[in-house]
Amino acid sequence: MINATTTMESVSYLDHKGKYKGIFAWIFATDHKRIALLYLYAISTFFVIGAILGLLMRLELISPGQTIMTAQTYNGIFTVHGIMMIFMVVIPGLSAIFGNFFLPILIGAKDVAFPRLNLFSWYIFITGSILAVLSQFLRSGPPDTGWTFYAPYSTATGTNVIFATTAAFVLGFSSILTGLNFIVTIHRMRAPKMKFFSMPLFPWSIYATAWIQVLATPIIAITLLMLIAERLFKIGFFDPAYGGDPILFQHMFWIYSHPAVYIMILPAMGVITEIIPTFCQRKVYGYKAIAMSSLAIAGVGYLVWGHHMFTSGMSETARWVFSLLTFIVAIPSAVKVFNWLATMYKGSIDLKPPLLYALSFIFLFSIGGLTGLVLGSLATNIQVHDTSFVVAHFHYIVFGGMGFGFFAALHYWFPKIYGRMYNFRRANIAWGILFVGFNLLYFPLFIIGMQGMPRRYYDYLPQFQTGHVISTIGGIILIIGLFLMIRNLVLGARKGAKAPANPWNGSTLEWQIVSPPPQENFDEDPLIKNNPYDYE
Amino acid sequence: MFSGASNFVNGVDKTFFIILGISFFFLIGITFTMIFFVLKYNRKKKIAAVQLKDNTWLEITWTLVPLALVMGMFYYGYMAFIPTRYPPKDAMEVKVIARMWKWSFEYKGGKQSDSLVLPVNKAVKLNLESMDVIHGFFIPSFRLKEDVVPGKHNYTWCIPEEIGQYEIMCSSYCGVRHSYMEGQVVVVSEDDFNKWLAALPDKSKETKSEGFKILQNNGCMGCHSIDGSKIVGPSFKGLYGSTVELVADDGTKKITADSTYIKESIFLPDKEIVAGYQKGIMKSYDNILKKEDVSKIIEYLKTIK
Repeated sequence: MINATTTMESVSYLDHKGKYKGIFAWIFATDHKRIALLYLYAISTFFVIGAILGLLMRLELISPGQTIMTAQTYNGIFTVHGIMMIFMVVIPGLSAIFGNFFLPILIGAKDVAFPRLNLFSWYIFITGSILAVLSQFLRSGPPDTGWTFYAPYSTATGTNVIFATTAAFVLGFSSILTGLNFIVTIHRMRAPKMKFFSMPLFPWSIYATAWIQVLATPIIAITLLMLIAERLFKIGFFDPAYGGDPILFQHMFWIYSHPAVYIMILPAMGVITEIIPTFCQRKVYGYKAIAMSSLAIAGVGYLVWGHHMFTSGMSETARWVFSLLTFIVAIPSAVKVFNWLATMYKGSIDLKPPLLYALSFIFLFSIGGLTGLVLGSLATNIQVHDTSFVVAHFHYIVFGGMGFGFFAALHYWFPKIYGRMYNFRRANIAWGILFVGFNLLYFPLFIIGMQGMPRRYYDYLPQFQTGHVISTIGGIILIIGLFLMIRNLVLGARKGAKAPANPWNGSTLEWQIVSPPPQENFDEDPLIKNNPYDYE
Repeated sequence: MFSGASNFVNGVDKTFFIILGISFFFLIGITFTMIFFVLKYNRKKKIAAVQLKDNTWLEITWTLVPLALVMGMFYYGYMAFIPTRYPPKDAMEVKVIARMWKWSFEYKGGKQSDSLVLPVNKAVKLNLESMDVIHGFFIPSFRLKEDVVPGKHNYTWCIPEEIGQYEIMCSSYCGVRHSYMEGQVVVVSEDDFNKWLAALPDKSKETKSEGFKILQNNGCMGCHSIDGSKIVGPSFKGLYGSTVELVADDGTKKITADSTYIKESIFLPDKEIVAGYQKGIMKSYDNILKKEDVSKIIEYLKTIK
């Protein structure tokens, strides 16, 4: 539409003919866009499996006592649900799919810095995922430790813990290498004239995320190796029976796993920061504040892991220091929310599906963040620590935040990725069902959690049943919404109307090239604006 | 306003009230602003967007105001929390023993009870000891929770303020029967407490066989009952000398449960599984139990027919 001459000359990355044919043109592809789609299909598959496992747990909990599965099966399912959703869906999710696809385009580059390393990272990801799936089917039975692998339960149980931890270990390398690739890409591959502060804010959030991936992931790697060694050789790192300390495991585990939460949520915030200006036709408000708050979250996020251990018996000093830092890390997130709202002020707001998802992200993420304050405060933490309140809190952050951010990104960039458009009416209906189901599913868990319903319970006291029944009904509604959303997107990718280059009238670089983008993104040097969100 | 079953209810619930109050205010504010903007500045009204310049003072304001608010929340939480760490010197001490998947309570003089009986309005310090993995000692009505970590001497304390019965739950995941690890706190008057304690049989002086003690200390009876009921694994009652159907990689077979079989079941639990039970649940006690221990266990098993 915009560059008629370019359209005629260029071949889209989807139709590009390279050295290989058929499926090999994909699994041997080094183009960042094709690798992004490889991740998209793999991660979506794991997400659907993980969601179905979650639904099975909800069905089990609809009534006290045994409903559809034994206690051991339930423990195995919540463990594999956690491992899949955390290590195979939300940690790689946004950065490996949309980071891969759009980071190079948004900074005016032809590809990432190391395209072959990028493909290799995908293979590592798939290897780790296969190991995680294998751990379910091998001789000793599915691991039953929870995704947190707390010692000494994890050093003692007879189940396939070693396979599951090896899987997480391998997946970690994929994360490190992807992070490294993105850092180098942002430093070295920006188009001439593209300064750090003229980058869009999604690359900024990917940049902050990538540093966490590179710096924090090695810590979980060594922790999991130590756990494996403990199981094999009874060395005495974590099991007090051999002179170890179970609390040491928790410290090492959360030094990674808390920053990992920011690996999940930062790119989602970046996506929201792209969507709001486009659908409000406004220059983003507080560009520098949003960019710096990403770095602040990444920085302070390293220092708050102890709030996962408030009841572990840590010293009073450790408890209050971690509580104080936890409250401070809430501030940069709040700053982002206020700037998003200010961006909407006096805009020209078009409530299309991507913006619907983005605004529901703000709502759900706010609930998740504000309930995080209840968990961060030492007094209230005593009551809600390790209860279903925590389960609700992190699902509001991880699913309501990262998940809805992911759906927002899918609906926003869909026409660019596939060159076709999905049906808006069906997208809105699916969104409504998802949103209602989500809140019905998780909100009751806050209430029964405050009343004392512990987490990871297979069975419960009768007074908690009402909450569980509502939650399970919400789970069923959510799965229906999810199915409708996926169906609409698949139909759109196959038969949707052809999408123009810039369907939303966006101002960033991806909208200045054809949909779908050509093999090397830019056939001529892109025009770089000083402010990427310039609508004047 | 916030009185309850223990002396900590007031402080904890007040903090809940403050944090949730401020949170609701912000959530409603943010949500209504979004909806208002969507309606007011809707593109259907065909009014062009107005571009605004950033305002540093505005950024500073909405950084510092939330900062002040969360510092207030931190302070309230801290002030209500600190007393939970300092039991009075003269507090009565009770040892809380956690094992898979049972709470037991040891009073001064070594008397043990399955429920935690406490005198009302008297401070009690609870010393938390785990025999196996991490458990979480949680009394929701008391706003009391602390993990029970093996090898660590964690503690908590409280003053029960209302006579009644309250649930104890395990908050830290501890295996297959985690959700069944429940207990009761019974708060009674001081007189009733003294009478109860005096009448409590002193089990430590009972002569139990050594085999029984080994089973108890290793938490075996969390899964294997001695009264014939099925918990997680097969019951010990009548096991010795009975015929057992086993499932191994190469099919099923029937054997008689003799000393060799019991030894193998303890050291290589996953090699053969009794039909109808799951694999991978029991850990190997190789390196934990000595050969003599196993012989004592076998002697004891012979006695429960």
